[in-house]
Amino acid sequence: METLTPLKDLLPQVTHTRNPGMPLDLDWVASVQANTSAIERRAATISGRRSVKKEWQAAWLLKAISLIDLTTLAGDDTEGRVKRLCAKARQPVAPWMLEKLGLPHLTTGAVCVYHEMVETAVRALEGTSIPVAAVSTGFPAGLSPYKLRIAEIGESVRAGAREIDIVISRRHVLTQNWQALYDEMAEMRAACGEAHVKAILATGELGTLRNVARASLICMMAGADFIKTSTGKEPVNATLPVTLTMIRAIRDYEDRTGIKVGYKPAGGIAKAKDALTYLALIKDELGHPWLQPDLFRFGASSLLGDIERQLEHHLTGHYSAANRHAMG
Amino acid sequence: MTIKEIFDSMAYGPAPESATEALGWIARHNGTFGHWIDGAFTKPGDTFTTANPATGEPLARITQGTAGDVAAAVKAARRAQPGWAKLPAHQRAKHLYALARLTQKHARLLAVLETLDNGKPIRESRDIDIPLVARHFSYHAGLAQLLPSEHPDLTPLGVCGAIIPWNFPLLMLAWKLAPALAAGNTIVLKPAEYTPLTALLFAEISREAGLPKGVLNIVTGDGTTGAALVEAEVDKIAFTGSTSVGKRIRAATAGRAMALTLELGGKSPYIVFDDADLDSAVEGLVDSIWFNQGQVCCAGSRLLVQEGIADRFHAKLKRRMDGLRIGDPLDKAIDIGAIVDPIQLRTITRLIGENPEGDHYQAACPLPAQGCFYPPTLITGLSAASTLMQEEIFGPVLVSMTFRTPEEAVALANNTRYGLAATVWSENINLALDVAPKLKAGVVWVNATNLFDAAAGFGGVRESGFGREGGWEGLMAYLKPAAKPVALKPVAPTPEPANPEAPALDRTAKLYIGGKQARPDGGYSQPVYSPRGKLLGHAGIGNRKDIRNAVEAAHAAKGWGKATGHNRAQILYYIAENLSARAEEFSQRLKDLTGYNGTAEVEASIQRLFTYAAWSDKFDGAAKSVPIRGLALAMNEPVGVIGALCPDEAPLLGLISVMAPAIAMGNTCVLVPSAAYPLAATDFYQVLDTSDLPAGVVNIVTGPPADLAKSLAGHMDVDAVWSFSSQNLATLIEREAALNVKRTWVNNGQARTWIGPTGEGREFLRHATEVKTIWVPYGE
Repeated sequence: METLTPLKDLLPQVTHTRNPGMPLDLDWVASVQANTSAIERRAATISGRRSVKKEWQAAWLLKAISLIDLTTLAGDDTEGRVKRLCAKARQPVAPWMLEKLGLPHLTTGAVCVYHEMVETAVRALEGTSIPVAAVSTGFPAGLSPYKLRIAEIGESVRAGAREIDIVISRRHVLTQNWQALYDEMAEMRAACGEAHVKAILATGELGTLRNVARASLICMMAGADFIKTSTGKEPVNATLPVTLTMIRAIRDYEDRTGIKVGYKPAGGIAKAKDALTYLALIKDELGHPWLQPDLFRFGASSLLGDIERQLEHHLTGHYSAANRHAMG
Repeated sequence: MTIKEIFDSMAYGPAPESATEALGWIARHNGTFGHWIDGAFTKPGDTFTTANPATGEPLARITQGTAGDVAAAVKAARRAQPGWAKLPAHQRAKHLYALARLTQKHARLLAVLETLDNGKPIRESRDIDIPLVARHFSYHAGLAQLLPSEHPDLTPLGVCGAIIPWNFPLLMLAWKLAPALAAGNTIVLKPAEYTPLTALLFAEISREAGLPKGVLNIVTGDGTTGAALVEAEVDKIAFTGSTSVGKRIRAATAGRAMALTLELGGKSPYIVFDDADLDSAVEGLVDSIWFNQGQVCCAGSRLLVQEGIADRFHAKLKRRMDGLRIGDPLDKAIDIGAIVDPIQLRTITRLIGENPEGDHYQAACPLPAQGCFYPPTLITGLSAASTLMQEEIFGPVLVSMTFRTPEEAVALANNTRYGLAATVWSENINLALDVAPKLKAGVVWVNATNLFDAAAGFGGVRESGFGREGGWEGLMAYLKPAAKPVALKPVAPTPEPANPEAPALDRTAKLYIGGKQARPDGGYSQPVYSPRGKLLGHAGIGNRKDIRNAVEAAHAAKGWGKATGHNRAQILYYIAENLSARAEEFSQRLKDLTGYNGTAEVEASIQRLFTYAAWSDKFDGAAKSVPIRGLALAMNEPVGVIGALCPDEAPLLGLISVMAPAIAMGNTCVLVPSAAYPLAATDFYQVLDTSDLPAGVVNIVTGPPADLAKSLAGHMDVDAVWSFSSQNLATLIEREAALNVKRTWVNNGQARTWIGPTGEGREFLRHATEVKTIWVPYGE
């Protein structure tokens, strides 16, 4: 089967030099500023400044699909539920539509599940290039015993997860214990081995954008391949101001080290229009390399459904209905 | 392009806003417009073309207004004005409210038409200009409603002439029209020749608001039409535009007893300290110098960046510039549209071409092949002396310099003829709030830029003009005291008697400069006689060099402006105390000079000092209710150095009535006492000398008022000139003041009753202060 996005593009360690990390630089951390009002103003204008229409909108929405970590993280997940999700990841949009749109082999970026579901997902995705991501390290709170959190990573990697979404200890940020945050991240990164690691900051629990910026920087210094906003379980998840803060940290890190680190907003991105706004912001602030699945993912569960309906509208000129598209 | 290709390139495609409706409106008028006078379009006269600067395509034929057209419009406005002013305030409020709602209802049509005519991106006209227009009318509906209860003693000026620029055509119309109408005036407005269309559409829409005929009149045309409006029988001119035209208007209106507000050019500093959020400060520049193609009077066009972060900041800035999208203004994904006209484009191109100094960086964003476009440009490595650092470019060109310390940043920021706006970026609240009051500007934005709201005053100091638009302070520029004016008779000195009686012991009255008694530079003195023929003494004949010295002394005393209100009050009370101790002597002096009993005047003088001692710490600023999370502080700052020609009819009380509000608000002053009765003032400096008033805060120069007024009004380092002289010096002062657009307040030959409430109060305090609006968005 011909895949749209070759396997090698999925992992940053292949396309780009993987982030080796760097020694903790507290002077740099201390100098980081994030002016909330100004960041909010910029975030508020992006949807008014950028607009994509017609074929461009269809293409951008298809791109968004290719960047989705299709996710189920519920206590009632079963093998059946996860298999259904994986089938959706393989065939995110009805074949007739993808055919007409000229991208017949489109898949989502990855599937994201709890550890217990990793093996099921890996099996369900055999024959595709779609990686399985496991949330880990005592997700979502990250307060289980430290040793077990580290061990959990190894278990998931052995079960076939190629990506590990770890959660940081929010208390290290809230108490400004940067060394502890750095050490934790570095050890988790090491435990991932070849699997690439996304650091979930749980930004909704960090209090300030300045904390978000500093935590972003420290996770990158400690070797994170991706930084990710949220578990989806915090009261506030991905937002545009948080995104702007984190991607500016990514840009500064690249300026200083030459290393490209990926970004994943997660939670609360449910509408096609939201996805377009995020992509425009990423394109304008970080540039084209970050519009590929090796450097950008949406953590989302219901976004795909809205995109499918918009795509059908694009093809037919008629507004669509959810029941016309296969459930994930 | 196929979807697959776009999927790979992730390019932006075209996202055009339709021009159909707007072009349809033009077509319904057969593409040709007359003026809007007395509630209807006139038959088109001689016309010129207004074109779409993005394409060069003609949009419509516009009538070139003649002096006759202007006169017809003024006549209609004059006829409508009494009826409009007599309407209950609530009725005027309802009309303004309707204009706000109609702006919203026709928002897209207005936005598209604005973009077609001006070339600004549809995002800006749609998301910024038109919503601000609606907000302005809505806010002023409220001012109209509250005006009678808040200011029962004020009355409208009459017919206002407004001349507006092409950079924010409809928004500037709103800034002029809303306060004029709220205050009960009628208006004749001339839109800019490049951008008349939205004003004409708005006029048509105003019918739906039930606006009575003649309340709003629009005469289109070029600068000659504007000049005709300035020459017409109007009671006020409100002008927004270039400093050079503003100066011409000031000179042309000199001595005509017209109200005038000027909102002129700028070269506003944009200061980035090393502790700023640099990415946000870069983004601020996008909203500043690349907003409206940089054709913004308050654009932060002069970047001052702290030396240690300059390279990093410039690198970030260049990268951001490369990401700007320039092109079809009707495209919804465009950051920068077209320069308004080929002439403006040539001006920018020539100015940059003629000044190759520094490193010129042009953004790597592609330019459309046709139309009036200029690339975003950054010029670094300039010095304060560079032409491009000093001259307003009025285009998307940012110039940059570095500084070392906050003190140096302030000094460089203020090293300009202008004083419209300033921006400060720092995460340190101590630093930001220390720097903001030190900047010579009418508006300061902290960690933001180009924030506007109807509730917050906007306007400049220095050669950026005078007057505020927005807020209660803006409304004041369309009102006057209700009292009927009475002509003032000139007061002549007592002529030399045939056989003057000499004083027992000769006393020498000198000038009072920098806290010291000084002989007049010219070495001449003038005898002063009592009506009974007694030689009372001599007063020095001051000249321009004495004015020069006095102004220098007044500047040297600028620390007075930083003294606390409490401290200034203590000194004013002390002056009153010392005057009271010598009340009898002053009463006698007044009697000797004028022949009338001076007791009441001395008592009133002591009271007046108390009044302004009281005001010293009570003329509060305001925290404005603006629609952001943050503060918009209206701070009453001293004007600076005020030169005042004092009244003759109350030689002591008059002098104190102008001195006390000036120094209570932190100004320093140069006073020219009554030429007829100068000795009351020269006695008074002894009172000042014993009252702990710092040297130079008050300077007294006796001499011929017209000569001294000319020196003061023509002095580039004097910030305002007042005249209450019984000689009508209005023409002289206002014409000379045009040189550097200083503020003036002249009596136009009208009398004022100095004893009692008309001789004191808020009117004086408003003239003694500049409202500075400091915007401080907050949030963590």
